[in-house]
Amino acid sequence: MIRPEDLLVPTADGLWCPLGGFHIDPVRPVERALITHGHADHARPGHAAVMATRETLLIMAARYGENFAGHEQVATLGEVMRIGEVSVSFHPAGHVLGSAQIAVEAKGMRIVVSGDYKRRRDPTCLGFEPVPCDVFITEATFGLPVFRHPDDGIEIHKLLASLKAFPERAHLVGAYALGKAQRLIKRLREEGYDAPIHIHGALEKLCTLYQEEGIDLGPLEAATIEAGRKSSGRTDFAGAVVIGPPSAFADRWARRFPDPVSCFASGWMTIRQRAKQRGVELPLIISDHCDWDELTDTIAEIGPGEVWVTHGREEALVRWCTLAGIRARPLHMVGYEDEAE
Amino acid sequence: MEAFAALLDRLILTPSRNAKLTLIADYFRATPDPDRGWALAALTGELDIPAVKPAMLRALVAERIDGILFAYSYDYVGDLAETIALVWEEDARSPGNGTSRGTPSQPSPLRGEGFSAGVSDVFVADTGPPSLPEGGRAGEGARRTASGASHPADLRGPRRNTPSLSAIVETLLIASRSDGPRLVASFLDALDPSGRWALLKLVTGGLRIGVSSRLAKQALADFGGKEIIEIEELWHGLKPPYVAFFAWLEGRAEKPVSAARAPFRPVMLAQPLDEPELKLIQPEIYAAEWKWDGIRVQAVSDQGVRRLYTRTGEDIGDAFPDVLDALDIEGAIDGELLVGRLEGEAINAGTFSELQQRLNRKTVSGKLVISHPAFIRAYDCLMDGAEDVRALPFRARRNRLERLVATSLARRIDLSPLVAYETAEDLMARRIAPPAPIIEGLMLKRWDSVYEPGRPKGPWFKWKRDPYTVDAVLMYAQRGHGKRSSFYSDYTFGVWKAGDGGDELVPVGKAYFGFTDDELAEIDRFVRRNTVNRFGPVREVTHDGDTGLVFEVAFEGLNRSSRHKSGVAMRFPRISRLRWDKPPREADRIEMLEALLATSD
Repeated sequence: MIRPEDLLVPTADGLWCPLGGFHIDPVRPVERALITHGHADHARPGHAAVMATRETLLIMAARYGENFAGHEQVATLGEVMRIGEVSVSFHPAGHVLGSAQIAVEAKGMRIVVSGDYKRRRDPTCLGFEPVPCDVFITEATFGLPVFRHPDDGIEIHKLLASLKAFPERAHLVGAYALGKAQRLIKRLREEGYDAPIHIHGALEKLCTLYQEEGIDLGPLEAATIEAGRKSSGRTDFAGAVVIGPPSAFADRWARRFPDPVSCFASGWMTIRQRAKQRGVELPLIISDHCDWDELTDTIAEIGPGEVWVTHGREEALVRWCTLAGIRARPLHMVGYEDEAE
Repeated sequence: MEAFAALLDRLILTPSRNAKLTLIADYFRATPDPDRGWALAALTGELDIPAVKPAMLRALVAERIDGILFAYSYDYVGDLAETIALVWEEDARSPGNGTSRGTPSQPSPLRGEGFSAGVSDVFVADTGPPSLPEGGRAGEGARRTASGASHPADLRGPRRNTPSLSAIVETLLIASRSDGPRLVASFLDALDPSGRWALLKLVTGGLRIGVSSRLAKQALADFGGKEIIEIEELWHGLKPPYVAFFAWLEGRAEKPVSAARAPFRPVMLAQPLDEPELKLIQPEIYAAEWKWDGIRVQAVSDQGVRRLYTRTGEDIGDAFPDVLDALDIEGAIDGELLVGRLEGEAINAGTFSELQQRLNRKTVSGKLVISHPAFIRAYDCLMDGAEDVRALPFRARRNRLERLVATSLARRIDLSPLVAYETAEDLMARRIAPPAPIIEGLMLKRWDSVYEPGRPKGPWFKWKRDPYTVDAVLMYAQRGHGKRSSFYSDYTFGVWKAGDGGDELVPVGKAYFGFTDDELAEIDRFVRRNTVNRFGPVREVTHDGDTGLVFEVAFEGLNRSSRHKSGVAMRFPRISRLRWDKPPREADRIEMLEALLATSD
């Protein structure tokens, strides 16, 4: 059996597999990249060859244009492929549409790179599947015992209750453009909200892509000033749900909504002071990452011989593993934005 | 408890006053007695739970969670109550804590319903054998995953059996110090993170959620369709959980009769005087007196009970025991609280900064009472002995006041002198050159005015001296709240000061109003185009000798400040003009403010 450090090597470019000659989620352009999911810090343009799930390839094409890589190869979930001296397989990660864990195996050693993942139900993507392995590489975005995400139904109902309490104000919801926004819309639909939802221009392509993939998001309208005037006879988006990327809220774009209720859908919203600092009036704790219990439960469930912790609050999760008698180490990888969600 | 926790959660994040009022009134409408009464007591700062002190909370949490994990968490969150609320594990199978918890949840001794010792059983799935490798602890890993690996959240829905706010408060109020921690732990076990946070805020006192006692009373007035004056008048005779009071607000019962001695009586306020009204001012119609720059108070002495209220009815007697001691009159007077010293027969008033030393304290040290003695400069008489004189004209009340003050032997009450004048022009001249720096203008009161709560137009005017102004340079800008959340509307500005490497700007204040909406848009554009640095939500804006934006800042006074690098703090600063025409190098220097400070000392 080979040592895990010889199968996957943390480098400045990302995780490097010398036996297979590829990188996983490289942060700089490389010859051959295996990509877990479509978020910009994991899926970057300019690689010579890219292997990812069909949905992830579609997302990259939507974001970067058709020629985002020299060569594309679809990875089918659960199918074992041979690359150089290693076998590789992709498995659902439950993070966003198309997200996958990547299992890399050679000479009796299997490492699972989970990418970003979550364990909650998400109607917009396949659920996480645990894969037995020797080394489990986990993220730790919310790797502190303060993070225990509530059920997303509770959070969706907070938003619905606020819409009822403040029917004269627009509800501006900050949500990451890929995954979070669509999950939020889908969950609102599941809870019976059927009015048109207004979206910022940055969300348009990805929402269309989700709809084309068979995820029904209901009626969506552009959050333009013209739309605001005509919205059911009233003006100024009164009582409307408007979804945009968080960055747009600090921008002049937000000025078209007078006296809005500012909401933000993110795992960070657990911390009240963070919500307050951002001027968020209605925090919605909806995360596409594991919370503390899910991280620790997943490690316990998979039962790997060793855990490597990548981006996030690495030291706390390593501490938990140590107390639980599991060998663990932080990878100190750079380039992944743990605050991006 | 969930409803109260949800209320606090929304209040802390709601910047708009009106939205806060709506939230509070809705809560009173939707919440039964006595929960809403205890919530009201918490919001108005009337709730004190002696059995629980903050120090014991750390000890409690140390029994539940690995110290290093707690330290990482606290470091990240930055707030003790919130960290504890979030890391608390009701089933005590916390990471790194191999030992089981000692005390089970305790049922409330006062209320049987809604809270039982077995409450946590509802949430923890009974699971199969653990799937941890060697060294793992039973139960930990399998706790949620065994019941459905892809849906661990299913078990985290709303809790069914949480203790009510009143069960918690009533239990803790009668608890002993030794039982306090155990009870708090059991309540924490039964609550969700939001509820835990609310509980920790409640027991440690001081909610600090941006709701004043006055705002809570306004919400009560909105809720009951009453005038806030009526509520303020009743307030000090009421005791939590205010069941009869709420019944009255809902129109189900008669107005409660205030049984309290020395109650607060809502205050009469003045309208600002506009130039056209100057012609109304004649000595036979309007009395004139100085407007002292202290704290407006109402001092009441009623058959041995003495109280000192602010103009909003907040009882500040604890901070001014010397004033209460010296309140050797029988009645209620309206006046200005000042710090000052006896000089012969007269009391000499100190500065507002001296008074500030004594404000916002729950208690006061004997040393401070001696170094900063407080007194009342009396304006008006509301009660003369047991007689309510508010319906008498000011001329008659003034006579009563003079007689009442003359009976005081303690020398801590004096009369605010009337200012004699012949014409409005006389007054204008006197207003510009007042005899003491602590005077901020003139008060004009109709001789025939009754004492009418609120701010009626006509009977009383305040005629403030013009504000001070300084030309200062915009240094930093921060985004505002609510309607202004996409605008940079909070400005820090500075004046020039000689530094080691030549002149530099030192911040002297912060202002976020005074400008029009159009001006705001202009400043916002300037900020966005001239940002040189970002610190979180704050932008640093170009400010050198040639480029930058000069504000004319109006303010009411200056205090010395050890917290500000410049050594001064402005009172009530606002932007009075945008000086696009003025290059920053021509803005004012710190020496100008220091000179002003010297004259007011």
